Formats: sequence, structure tokens, C-alpha cells
Amino acid sequence: MSRVVQALRIGVNRGILEIKQFNRAREAVVFTIAFPVILLFIFGSIFDDEIAPSVTFSQYFVAGMIASGLVNSGFQNLAITIPMERDSGALKRLRGTPMPISSYFIGKSIQVAYSMSLQIVLLLFFGSLFFGLEIPEFGAKWLAFAWIVLLGSLSATVLGIAFSSVPKSGRAASAVVSPIVIILQFFSGVFFVFSQLPGWMQQFAAIFPLKWLTQGMRYVFLPDSFATQEVAGEFELGKIAIILTLWTIVGTLIAIKTFKWMRR
Amino acid sequence: MPPAKNVIQVKGLRKSYGSLTAVDSLDLTIEEGEIFALLGPNGAGKTTTVEILEGYRSRDCGEVSVLGFDPATRGDVANAWRDRIGIVLQDSADGADLTVEESISHFSKYYSRRRDLDQLIEAVGLDEKRKYRVHTLSGGQRRRLDVALGLVGTPELLFLDEPTTGFDPQARRAFWDLIKTLKEDGTTILLTTHYLDEAEALADRVGVITEGKLIEVATPATLGGREQALAMVSWRDESGVLREESAVDPTSILRRLLNEFDGEIPALSVKRPTLEEIYLRMIGQSR
Repeated sequence: MSRVVQALRIGVNRGILEIKQFNRAREAVVFTIAFPVILLFIFGSIFDDEIAPSVTFSQYFVAGMIASGLVNSGFQNLAITIPMERDSGALKRLRGTPMPISSYFIGKSIQVAYSMSLQIVLLLFFGSLFFGLEIPEFGAKWLAFAWIVLLGSLSATVLGIAFSSVPKSGRAASAVVSPIVIILQFFSGVFFVFSQLPGWMQQFAAIFPLKWLTQGMRYVFLPDSFATQEVAGEFELGKIAIILTLWTIVGTLIAIKTFKWMRR
Repeated sequence: MPPAKNVIQVKGLRKSYGSLTAVDSLDLTIEEGEIFALLGPNGAGKTTTVEILEGYRSRDCGEVSVLGFDPATRGDVANAWRDRIGIVLQDSADGADLTVEESISHFSKYYSRRRDLDQLIEAVGLDEKRKYRVHTLSGGQRRRLDVALGLVGTPELLFLDEPTTGFDPQARRAFWDLIKTLKEDGTTILLTTHYLDEAEALADRVGVITEGKLIEVATPATLGGREQALAMVSWRDESGVLREESAVDPTSILRRLLNEFDGEIPALSVKRPTLEEIYLRMIGQSR
């Protein structure tokens, strides 16, 4: 038991340290926090026509960007920063200390939660202020929002850790990871209305979590009447929960199997 | 004094990468409280050996015991073992956005026997830099921070990998003094270095690795038959020509010269082979 407490205590300390470093690395802050907000302003201002009764594309887009925020701060952030830490020798140094391995991942999760919360708050703030995003009333939608964020960030975090073994170097990481995220955003109903995409694109996107996250966020932030505009004619909350859970399990298994502390 | 324990004991260690044998039936014993310098050209198997001892790499066969523990063991027991060792790695560039103090204070949280923060910062000479971000440090200061991070848990055994690369001569001397005080406290140190003068200044014993084999272990003074090697006496004779003579017993040459010259012998020097010369001869032969 005391080992668990120790791992948690060090993990929280690592989380605080990670947040400190994140805040001090200005590029990272701009990349993960400001970039989605800038995109929101660009897309929200260009495409503001109605795509369904009383739903504008701006509203649709904000819901998609909040879903993307989970992928950005979880998957993209970790799949890029972990290879950089491997290159800099940070991981090797940690592995040579008595730090419990789990503490490292607890620290990462805390940092992800932090940057994700910042991102969501900013998107909600600007989205509701300028782009007609409606914050739902307390109730079922808040509950759904909570579990979608939880499952979404969990799956994005473990998948980011799992994917961190793929880039060959820290420098290559951004070039490998960013296109994947951008393509998924195009395919998953962030930049375009999902139901208007070609069928093969929809089916491809349905394999990955982002499509389900955007759908969940549309349930939370768009009127119930929009369900008829979804491909399935409903928001499919059950399916969203199952698919995100499956990805979380798969990501965890891959992460445990493949995580590398050293270059080469 | 009680008989010295073996802090590191290696028997028949072997490690191959594909068809390349990096370490080949290596035996090594390092006693408690000694500074042992491992020398060898790049690619000789030095790094692989040390990384196996540090628990970073697996081995193909052989027996390895570090502080009575097999470094290949995984899990919580391995963390209890890591609590007793300190590792100073080569070329790490992490934690650039933290301050010196934040880094050291954070790493100390991993260990059960924490060194006093102020004393440690003072000992590595980073007192004036403690509130500075790591990326503002010079190469030598950065290295001293690495050492502080390796020492923060009061290790019984310290691994030092090329610790003074990029140091100016003054910083190197200061660093050597720091290492000597660690030795006085009873810390066992395994040093790998390319600087032979460093090995000579610090090490109780040196071991030379080439092609995956430990070809000799000796004190710096006796390595490669150094104490019996020819010494060279040189001086300038009356006509101003530089003369050189080598002998096992250079004193005999000196006695003769003292008789020949009245007073000062011009440009007199007696040179024994440096550790570097002996080392280069050794690794040259094994090739």
C-alpha cells in the first residue's frame, strides 16, 4: 500500500514539474493552447452559414475543436514530447533513479489534464462568446460531457504514450505525428460536416476515436434535433463509450509492451 | 580495517548485437571505496559493459552482481537497488526549463537518503546559479548539475561517464577535488573517461577494455609495465645539441651528467612514459 502512496506522491510531484516545464516552454503553450483558438476564429468566421435548422457551421466546428483538443493535448502532445525526452536523455536519467515507473505516467496524465482543461475552457469561452456555442443546462448533457472528456483523454493519453515509440527521433516526431492528427481531423467531422464526407472517409474515420469524440461533443453542444443529421440518425452514445474504452485498453497494452526509455 | 567487500563483481559477461560481439567473457571486480577507471577506445564495449552494470541493458550470459544485486532484475526490488546507486550519464540535455534548484530538489524526492540540498549545491559549485534555468548554464556547469543529480541520493556506488568533457582546466581540477571528497566519504566510483590524466589523478585502479575484453587491470603507476618502462633523460650538451638517452635506471645517467657538468645541466628533463603513452601502446598492440 505504501508503495502505491509513494508512487502517487512522486507522480503528483512529477505532474507539478511537468506543468511548470510546459508553461515555460512557450512554443508548446502556443502550439497546444493558442493554435486551436486561432483555428476556431478562422473557421468560425469563414463558415458561419446554417447547416441544419438553428445550427451554424461555427457551432458544429466548436464542438469538433473541443473533441480535437483532447487529441491534441493527449495524443499529439505525448507522441511528440516523449520522443524528445528520449532523445534528450531525460527518460534514461529517470530510469536510473528509484522513481516508480507509474509516477512518470501519472505526471504525464496530470500535465495532459492541465493543458486539456485550459484548451477546453478557452474554446468554450470564445465559442460561446463569438460563435453561438450554447453551454447546455445542468443534467444529462453535463454527465455525458464528463465521461466523454474522461474516456477521450484517457484513450488519447495512452495512445500518445503507445505511439511515442514510433518516431525514430525527437526531431522527426512532430513531422510524423502532426499529419496523422490533421488528416484525422479532416476525416472525422472537425473541418467539414461529417455526414457530407465520402462514405469511405466516414468508414475510415469510424475506426479511430476522434470521429466518436466529435459526435459525442455534438450531442453535448448542439440541439437534440441535430441527431437526425448524424449518419446513424442518432448520437450513438453507447457506441462512443464502447469504442473509446476499447481504444483505451488497446493503447494501454501497446504502451506497456513497447515503451522505450532509451534511444536506439 | 575490515576486509573490503566487492561492490561490483562480473564473471564471464557476454553481450552481442547480432553478429557483433560487444563484450566478450569479461571479468571485473571493484572493491568497496575504490575509484576504478574503465578505459578503452570508442566501440570497445565500455559503454555496453557500464550500461549492463547500471541496469539499462540485458546481457547474453555471465554473472553480474552490483551491490549484491543482479541489475537485470526488474520491478520494485530494482527500485530499492537504484536507491543506493547514482548514475551520471553522458550528454543529457533534459530539464532545460527548470532551475538548478528545482531539478535537484525534485530528483531528491525519489531517494530515501537525501543529501542536504544547500550543501550539495555548494559542493558542486552551483551556488550562484541555483535560481537560474538550466539552459543558461555553461557546459561545465551543466555537467556539475548532472553530477549533483547523481549524488542527490547519497549513493554507495556512483557511475561517472565522461564527467569532465568540455571542462576548462580549472573546472576540471575543482571537479577532481569534489570526486576525491566523495571517495573520502567511502563512495565507490566507476569512472569511464577518455582523459588519461584524469584516470591517473583519480583512480586507484584502471582497467583497459579493447574489443570487448578487459586486457589489463592495474594501478595507474603499474599499468602496461609502466614502472619498468624506459625513462628518457634529455639535456643540451656543450655544443648546444639536444641529447637524449633512455634507460630503465635514469638515475645512472643523471649521476654521470652531474659529474660532466659544473652546476646547471642545460635543459635537463627526465621523462617517464605517461599513462596515455602506455595506454596507446596497449590498445595499439591489441589491434
